Amino acid sequence: MKMKPLWALLALTSLPAAAQSRLNLTQGVTEVSNRVYDLHMTIFYICCVIGVVVFGLMFISMIRHRKSKNPNPANFHENVKVEIAWTIVPLLILVGMAIPATTTLIAMEDTSDADVTVQVTGSQWKWHYKYFENDVEFFSRLATQQEQIDNKFEKGENYLLEVDRPLVIPTDRKVRFLVTSDDVIHSWWVPDFAVKKDANPGFINETWTKVDEPGIYRGQCAELCGKDHGFMPVVVIAKEPAEYEKWITEKEAEQKAAREREQELLAMEMSEDELMDLGEKVYNSTCAACHQANGQGVNGVFPALAGSGVSVDPEAKGQHIDIVVNGVTGTAMQAFGSQLSMRELAAVITYERNAWGNDTGQLIQAADINEVMNQ
Amino acid sequence: MSTTVEETHHDTHHDHKPSGIGRWLFTTNHKDIGSMYLWFSFIMFLTGGAMAMVIRAELFQPGLQLVEPHFFNQMTTVHGLIMVFGAVMPAFTGLANWMIPMMIGAPDMALPRMNNWSFWILPFAFIILLGSLFMEGGGPAFGWTFYAPLSTTYSSDSTALFVFSIHIMGISSIMGAINVIVTIMNMRAPGMNYMKMPLFVWTWLITAFLLIAVMPVLAGAVTMVLTDKYFGTSFFDAAGGGDPVMFQHIFWFFGHPEVYIMILPSFGIISAIIPAFTRKRLFGYASMVYATAAIALLSFLVWAHHMFTTGMPVFAELFFMYCTMLIAVPTGVKIFNWVATMWRGSMTFETPMLFALAFVILFTIGGFSGLMLAITPVDFQYHDTYFVVAHFHYVLVTGAIFSIMAASYYWLPKWTGHMYDTTLAKTHFWTSLISVNVLFFPMHFAGLAGMPRRIPDYATQFADINQIASIGGFAFGLSQLIFLWVVIKCVKGGEKAEAKPWDGAEGLEWTVPSPAPYHTFEKPPKVE
Repeated sequence: MKMKPLWALLALTSLPAAAQSRLNLTQGVTEVSNRVYDLHMTIFYICCVIGVVVFGLMFISMIRHRKSKNPNPANFHENVKVEIAWTIVPLLILVGMAIPATTTLIAMEDTSDADVTVQVTGSQWKWHYKYFENDVEFFSRLATQQEQIDNKFEKGENYLLEVDRPLVIPTDRKVRFLVTSDDVIHSWWVPDFAVKKDANPGFINETWTKVDEPGIYRGQCAELCGKDHGFMPVVVIAKEPAEYEKWITEKEAEQKAAREREQELLAMEMSEDELMDLGEKVYNSTCAACHQANGQGVNGVFPALAGSGVSVDPEAKGQHIDIVVNGVTGTAMQAFGSQLSMRELAAVITYERNAWGNDTGQLIQAADINEVMNQ
Repeated sequence: MSTTVEETHHDTHHDHKPSGIGRWLFTTNHKDIGSMYLWFSFIMFLTGGAMAMVIRAELFQPGLQLVEPHFFNQMTTVHGLIMVFGAVMPAFTGLANWMIPMMIGAPDMALPRMNNWSFWILPFAFIILLGSLFMEGGGPAFGWTFYAPLSTTYSSDSTALFVFSIHIMGISSIMGAINVIVTIMNMRAPGMNYMKMPLFVWTWLITAFLLIAVMPVLAGAVTMVLTDKYFGTSFFDAAGGGDPVMFQHIFWFFGHPEVYIMILPSFGIISAIIPAFTRKRLFGYASMVYATAAIALLSFLVWAHHMFTTGMPVFAELFFMYCTMLIAVPTGVKIFNWVATMWRGSMTFETPMLFALAFVILFTIGGFSGLMLAITPVDFQYHDTYFVVAHFHYVLVTGAIFSIMAASYYWLPKWTGHMYDTTLAKTHFWTSLISVNVLFFPMHFAGLAGMPRRIPDYATQFADINQIASIGGFAFGLSQLIFLWVVIKCVKGGEKAEAKPWDGAEGLEWTVPSPAPYHTFEKPPKVE
């Protein structure tokens, strides 16, 4: 009975590869991840062998040395030779294990000579990627619909492991990640790369990977980071270098064009319908996690926007814009000026001032945002 | 709550003791205080267990069904805090109170009034902690490890209550530890020299030193969280020159010795029970003492293995990896000693022995996963996944808690004067053993396959593993009600227990009648 767990462990090793990946560590797609997998299997087998010997002796003893079979107990105790043996042998096994672990660790921590560098910034509850070699940066958020989480829609294939804008990296190139955070500690984890690094606010950690095969690789935030810790996945697409170059060039041009368009838009006025439509979308993807879709917030943690505070005070328009653009230091309220376009900021603030019965009737335009940003 | 049950606890014909609630409020008797600690710990065990049931119910299926993520985080946090500070630690202090004076031939603990105080502040600490759950914004939701800045800038208003409750628990633990040390050093019966003390006394002595060394560190950590949150300091805030990772260093400098605080007394219990039911003396008494001391010393050198992913220099990672692996050696010595004690003995399988044997095997499995976690490169994959959850539940539930149950069955006849109901006790053992493995074993696989810990919802490929674990969880939770039933039944009556109900048991506690009189060893016994 008590052997059950051990047998389950042993049985695992004879499972077909497909089943194994669901129950065992992933082998991954990098040289490092394969070395890590090998270390994992080695230490696992060592534990199995020790387990079989120790538990085997215990069970033999329980069967043969029970009172009904062996009414007169032996009286031996203390044996220096045996005691030295069971100290030295485990020590030697550990030394044998420590050697490959040390070489792997040193290889894993060598972030020099990277071909591509990406800054990874965690914030509640999304990732931001910024490429150093190209003028490209974007946020990456959970793409699973709330209705799937609330069990109203059927769950998709990549439930909770899908994002709106995945990170794209080249294969066969050493990619260095500079990991940091804007608020609490997060941890950027992609099991297929054997990369997990904490994102510490105010500090930058380095790690790297070199992916062998093109593909889509999924991971999650691994450090408790507040309410929606379970809802900030990592998705990385590895493309052949040529395809990657094509992608990053296109992306760079696209982002440049968007910035130029933004400047042009400053002179244009959006209608109330346009602002409210866009504002609702932005609100639900960016603000609703804390302030809730109905604007009621969470008592004592995230303030309500419906019917109270700056969002219903006609005099507080400037302050409202300032809070959304620059954040509130010392609280969970982030500075969204760097995360959303001016058009989106204008729309979402308009939405907050006119939704859920809030009736300031004020429309905010991109130019208003621009004014606050330039102060 | 426990008073009515406890009233019938002792035969009072030759002992004078006050009656009514006053007996419990003002008692300085080590046996009364021990009983109160044990009942308190059991109530906390059921409270923390109820929270675990909420967690397992939410995780029964993917999607959010029962609770909001913010409440889920409160449940994981308070479950951890209650189980560590409310269930395991007070249970060991209760056992220490009951057994240490009787094992060393002392009439009571050395500081009986402080003993009363160290118990009676505990309920208040937990009322504060549990009460914070009902505040606006909820209770602590940052994990029992309360990493800054999640616990400072980003926590709810109830954080001050959390800090004060931890302070009170810490004061209680430190007072308990001082009492244990002073008692052991000063009140041993003539002839009871250090190397004759039962291992439970030895392991508790070492545990008490660990407590005194690290509880102030925890107090410092929570105080810095308090001032960072409410008084504008920046210990853990980079914007003010602080460092959030420093919090983790301070916390785990407390935290790692803390996990040994929760397992060393277990080693003492198992080292008493296995020889008793094997009818053969412990294979290596001295090496057990040295191994315990070695584990305690090493526990101060391994804290950063909880933090390999925080970004340390390679040198530091290697140092902490080697030190951590080294702990396997003295721990192995203990396991081998127990197996060698069993070898060619004459074993019977009463309930304490069943729990002790399950402890040896399942704690060793927890040790194996601990060894795997020590290997830094692989730890990057295991860290903060369900593999870690499986690991520490194997060492804490099938380790610490199983040893506490073994101890309870072993000494219940001495405490109550009655034998427990054997059939019920064995039912409790077998249902617990099976369900605890159904609960925690699959978590290894969930973790290896990539499920992070502390998440209220998960990707669909983890659904079946979580469902199995939840079923095991509900069964394990229900099994503990059998334990409650056995204990109450045994307190109320049952077959009369002899002074020494186990023929292989050794120690001074078996030389006094069962139930142990209210006052024992008023004249010190002679130990040859």
